[in-house]
This record gives sequence, C-alpha cells and structure tokens, in this order.
Amino acid sequence: MTWSLLGHALEQGLVFGIMALGVYLTFQVLNFPDLSVDGTFPLGAAITAKIIFSGGHPLVAIMWAIIGGVLAGGLTAFFHTRLKFTNLLSGILTMTLLYSVNLRIMGKSNIPLLGKVTILDIVKSYFPFLSLDQLTPLLFLFIVLLVKVLLDYFLCTEVGMAVRATGDNEQMIRSLGVDTKITKIIGLCLSNGLVALSGSLFAQYSGFADVGMGIGTIVAGLASVIIGRSIFKDRGGIGWITISVIVGSIIYRATVMIALRYGYRLGFQPGDLKLISVILVVIALTFPLFRGRVKSIVASNGSNGTENK
Amino acid sequence: MLHLKNIYKCFAKGTSYEIEALRGINLHIPEGNFVTIIGSNGAGKSTLLNIIAGTILPDKGEITINQQDLTNKAEYYRARFIGRVFQNPLLGTAPSMTIEENLALSIKRFGRGLHLGLNNERRELFRNKLVQLELGLEHMLTKKVALLSGGQRQALTILMATMFDPKLLLLDEHTASLDPESSKKIQLITQEIVKEKKLTTIMVTHNMQEALRYGNRTIMMDRGRIILDISGKKRESVTIDYLLKQFSKLRKEEYIEDELVLA
Ligand SMILES: Nc1ncnc2c1ncn2[C@@H]1O[C@H](COP(=O)(O)OP(=O)(O)OP(=O)(O)O)[C@@H](O)[C@H]1O
Ligand SMILES: [Mg+2]
Repeated sequence: MTWSLLGHALEQGLVFGIMALGVYLTFQVLNFPDLSVDGTFPLGAAITAKIIFSGGHPLVAIMWAIIGGVLAGGLTAFFHTRLKFTNLLSGILTMTLLYSVNLRIMGKSNIPLLGKVTILDIVKSYFPFLSLDQLTPLLFLFIVLLVKVLLDYFLCTEVGMAVRATGDNEQMIRSLGVDTKITKIIGLCLSNGLVALSGSLFAQYSGFADVGMGIGTIVAGLASVIIGRSIFKDRGGIGWITISVIVGSIIYRATVMIALRYGYRLGFQPGDLKLISVILVVIALTFPLFRGRVKSIVASNGSNGTENK
Repeated sequence: MLHLKNIYKCFAKGTSYEIEALRGINLHIPEGNFVTIIGSNGAGKSTLLNIIAGTILPDKGEITINQQDLTNKAEYYRARFIGRVFQNPLLGTAPSMTIEENLALSIKRFGRGLHLGLNNERRELFRNKLVQLELGLEHMLTKKVALLSGGQRQALTILMATMFDPKLLLLDEHTASLDPESSKKIQLITQEIVKEKKLTTIMVTHNMQEALRYGNRTIMMDRGRIILDISGKKRESVTIDYLLKQFSKLRKEEYIEDELVLA
C-alpha cells in the first residue's frame, strides 16, 4: 500500500464527504430517499467546467454550481410537495432530466480542465511554500469542516430543528405549526446544493467534467453515511454524526481504492468500481454489528415516526 | 370560541366501503369550556378532532375559532390556536430528538428563525416545567425521547401542546394506551395544566366516569352524530347508568330515524 494511494483516498474522501453530508441530510435527517443526487453531482461539475473553461473565475463557478444544485433540489421538492409524486419518483425525474441539462450546459459529454486555473491554483498562489500535494488535502479539509460546522449550526437552529422533526415525526411537527412542505424544500435545496458543491470541487480537482460522472453518487454517499455511523459509537450529538459521515467517506474511498488496486487478484477490473461500491454497501448493511445503528436507512420510510420503537 | 357548522365527512366516497364518519355536526364551544366526548368505537370522535385540527378537511361545513374562518386553513396554520395530544404516545414527540429539543420545537407555533433553538434560558424554563410533572424528566434533558416510556412521552406531549398557551386544547383518549397508574398520573397533570391556564378543552375518553368527573359539559356521539349534549345542573345529577341507558335509547331512535329517511 502506498502513501500516494492513501493521500488520494484522503483527498477524494474529503471532497466526496461534502456530498455525503448532503446525502445524510436527505436520507437520514429528512427521511427522504433523494435520488436526484446522481444528477446534481455532475450538474455541479458541468456548471463549473463550463464556466472555468470559458475563462470564468473558479469562485464564480463554485457559486453557480451551488445555485444550480439548490434549484435542482427545489425541483425535486416541487415534484413531491406540489405535484404529490412519491419521494422516489420525484428524485428519479430530476436525476433523469438533469442528464440532458448537464449535456446542454457542457455542449458535449466531456470538458477537460487541464491547464485551466482552478480554485486549487488560486489558493496555491497565496501559499507558495506549500506543494499542491500538501495544499489539496488541507484545502479540502478546510472546506469540508466549514460545511460541517455550518450544517451543524443550521440543524440546531429553530428552522433546522423543524427540518429534523419533519424527518422524525411529520404529524407531530405539523401540529406544532410547521409547514412540512417548506421544511422539505429547505432540506432538499440544501442537500443538493452541497452535492453540487462537491461535484464542482471534484471537477476542479480531477481536471474534467463528464456527464457520466454522477452514476452511483447515492450509493457512495449512503456507503459513507453507513460506514461512518457504524464505526463511531452513536453519541447522538449532531456534531459527532457529521464528523462520522466525513470519516466514513474517507474510509469508503480508501476501501474502494485498495479494492481497485489489489482487487485484480480477485479478478476485479477498473470498470468494476460501481460494483465494488455496491458490494461494500451490501456488506455494511448485512453486517449485524452495523445493522441496528443504521436501521432507519435500510427500513422502508414510514415517516410518521411510528416505526421507531 | 369554537364554532362547527354542519360538518360532513365521508371516507372512501363512492366505493362499496364508503363510511359517513361525520353526519351534520353542529357545535359551539364557548371560551373556557371543558367538554368531554364519549361514544362507541367508530362514532367519529377522532375524525371530529382531526377536522378541528385540520389533519383532514371536511366535505361540507364550516369551522371558526374566535370568528376566524379556518375551514380551508392547513393544519400547520391552525396550530397557532390549537394544542394537541394524540391517543398514540408515539405521535406526539420526535423520537430521535432529545427531550430539550422536543420542548424547543413547541415554543413557537410560527415565525421560526435562524437562531439557535436551545439556550440556557430556555433550558431553565424547560426544567421548571418538567419539575412540575414530578417524573424526574428535568434530569434527562439531553436524553432521546425514544428511550422514554409511553406515560413519560404523553406527559411531555402535554407540556409541548400547552407550552404556547393554545386557544383550544384537543385530547384524544390521551391516557387510553397507558397502564392504570400512569393513566391516572397523566390525567392529573392534564387537569392541573388546564386549570392553571384556563384552557378551552375538548377531551375524548372511553371512560364514562372520567367523562362526568372532568370538565363542565359532556357530549355523546354515535355514528357520526352528536346524540346527547349535557352541562350544568343536569350533568351534575347524571349517573353512568343513566348515560348507558340514554345511549341505547337514543341509538335506537336514531336507527329508526335513519330507516325513515332511507324508506
Ligand atoms: N382515514 C380514514 N379512512 C377511511 N375511514 C376512516 C378514516 N378515519 C376514520 N375512518 C372511519 O371513520 C369512522 C369513524 O372513525 P373515528 O376514528 O373517528 O372513530 P372514533 O370515534 O374515534 O373511534 P374510537 O373510539 O375507536 O377511536 C370509522 O368507521 C373509521 O373506520
Ligand atoms: Mg378515536
């Protein structure tokens, strides 16, 4: 096992950790299995690539990526709360529609960003004494922790608590004066905004955007949430949970990379990445040790809180 | 205070298992009244409370509270007037959130903002309220509600339902699923809070004794109608036996009436 392998796992784990926090927000906090994520991750990448490729500032690109993600989440929320589609269908519709949107934004199926100025280059210009290998994980760590702290704070505000209660016991929070349509919209917008941010950073980090890069985002996000939450003892506090999701994301990336690097002995090929990620999720979910802690993700979503014993 | 005008509600309309849950309910409850509702299973008691709270909307009829027409207002909007305790203790609280978080959710009924839901001032308030329940919950503020017993949850729900001095308190057999000991305790807590805050209250119960002992007015429902409404002197002289007799007598009359309508 090489250090560079672990270094990449760390960098990617941190970038995808932002996405995992978004998935945590919908799947666990809001109890809303939102599949649009598979479309919003490449959406963030596509918007970013388009803007940077056309000479735009990386920060502007990141900002528009987040806005795009928020709007996509809003669309899923619209399908669900206004048109009354089930949560699964709402997410699938957005995800499918975003595939075409992403193609339109990029104008082709792949935009390379090699040689373009990314957020990494810009930050590096302020820290000339750091090499890119040192700077990348530090920058991503900073961003993911910033996101984590803001998310923690939000979930403890009055509105954030109402969002959590919506996922926990919808009937109860409505009878306490909360319009659960609004809390769902807030949760979905926020979550998809985070996922798009993650996609934007990943495009800049990996040097390209591709329409197909979103496939399996949900599975990766879920795996991170599940692994993180099963490895850490459930201390209950929001702060611990979000940390565990980020660590889960890093562990997940490391596992996948190790499996890809050494899996050829078992007959795995590079194209088996998604297969490996699903196998990881299945193992995590069937392990009796993990099972109890993440039951709410596996079990069908009752959403009125009565399934909680 | 609360006015219900000619409320109809039919479930599964147009199918073979159509149920007329409420058939022309007219009810006026003045401020400060404490009404108990009795009636057999399926009489429409829960449906009536759901209609008042906005959980379901009536097919026909009008609902007003303090002259404000609420007929088409959503449940969350009506929550600024109404506090509610459900029959099922699981329905009234958020299980994966802590006791203090649940209480924090109940402080405001609208205008929630982006400042922290909990601070020391609020925790102090919650502790003082919880002490009055005498269940020791004040020492478990950061415990998850999922770990509480049904009785403890129901007590918490009552606190939450009344935290924001509601205009109207709806209790739907809120002690029915508890053991006799907890049931008594919760009923006691309820009566204390209602008296202290002088809340206008509607309490559904299956216990005729409770129905007569508490409150100042008793309503009997049967198959979607109010068949008896007693208060004042008359109610004081009424016994459970009388209620039971009245029930079968009125029920028979109603059947005959229905038959005439159908004929
Ligand atoms: N959501 C619903 N869909 C279909 N039918 C319903 C629904 N809710 C209630 N009903 C029916 O309406 C009738 C009245 O029900 P309701 O729950 O109001 O009775 P209740 O007086 O509260 O009875 P109980 O004492 O058993 O609680 C019943 O026949 C019930 O089956
Ligand atoms: Mg009932």
